[in-house]
Amino acid sequence: MVQLTLPKNSKIRTGKTWPKPEGAKNLRTFRIYRWSPDDGENPRVDTYFVDMDSCGPMVLDALIKIKNEIDPTLTFRRSCREGICGSCAMNIDGTNTLACIFGMDEIKGDVKIYPLPHMPVVKDLVPDLTHFYAQHESIMPWLETKSNTPAKEWRQSIEDREKLDGLYECVMCACCSTSCPSYWWNGDRYLGPAALLHAYRWIIDSRDEATGERLDGLHDPFKLYRCHTIMNCSSTCPKHLNPAKAIAEIKKMMVERVV
Amino acid sequence: MADVNRGNRPLSPHLQIYRLPLVAKISIMTRITGVALGGALLLIVWWFVAGAYSPEYFATADWLLSSWVGIVVMVAALWTLWFHLANGIRHFVFDLGKGFELSSVARSNWYVIGASVVLTILTLLIVIL
Repeated sequence: MVQLTLPKNSKIRTGKTWPKPEGAKNLRTFRIYRWSPDDGENPRVDTYFVDMDSCGPMVLDALIKIKNEIDPTLTFRRSCREGICGSCAMNIDGTNTLACIFGMDEIKGDVKIYPLPHMPVVKDLVPDLTHFYAQHESIMPWLETKSNTPAKEWRQSIEDREKLDGLYECVMCACCSTSCPSYWWNGDRYLGPAALLHAYRWIIDSRDEATGERLDGLHDPFKLYRCHTIMNCSSTCPKHLNPAKAIAEIKKMMVERVV
Repeated sequence: MADVNRGNRPLSPHLQIYRLPLVAKISIMTRITGVALGGALLLIVWWFVAGAYSPEYFATADWLLSSWVGIVVMVAALWTLWFHLANGIRHFVFDLGKGFELSSVARSNWYVIGASVVLTILTLLIVIL
């Protein structure tokens, strides 16, 4: 259901301002969402100052520097630092993106960092993605076949393989789904752009033999049709993919199958 | 995710912090203008009903609707109608699977806004002249 305001336990307080590093000339201000499950308090936004003369260019560089040099309790996910693992997805400067490939020169003024929107928070910038992953699993993200398994691999023409471009690159960072107001209000039943992009990726795979079952599974007022083409997903995708277009293609296939 | 048990975990902020792109703002405006058009329709129906009821009642309704407040509301309703229609047509194109590239969306944003303003002015000119 639509709830425009935050629940009581989620209202954000002003947090602590951490001391400035000594002798630094080129300071940048960071305002970062903090919540710990241990103290029973509401979330807060802490203020940090980072010396940009000794910091890498990406937002993740600054987060790691804060954790190393100012506040070791700051918690966030990260791994590959090159935009391929999808771990460091968060809301930076009002947009969902990967901290490792988002340059601080792209941000005017203070750097504001929140966890992915409208998600239960595990700690600080770490959201609980359990439900998101369960939705991904529900669209059967694997090859479904009925024919006898060939002696070697399942073959595919170059043209058919090209249909998967712009879909297989998705790293499941959840930036798109958590940017979508429909997913905010109906995320329990609406699958969201990421799961639907993956659904389309398997629907149009020439080797897959369960297209009908896949479309049947999406034939539901909520799973697919809560997409209202708001376009936040495609606007925010850090891999420059287009989930909104993939969803539109599924909707078209739904119509074509009836007509 | 109202129905998902998340224990005592807080919900991360959403509308409070998200910077909606122009296309998303136009999308929510389409919803709002749709509801507003319902209200405008009621006003116009009320005007007709008043006319059918009695000359005095019509005079009251007509006075309100042609006062400067009424004119502002009606001009706003006119823009609302064109805006809702213009973005409705864009959504029709979206449903055909076209116009999804971000560069194309950036252009159609301004087509929708431009069309709503130009058509409102054109309609006013036709009515006044």
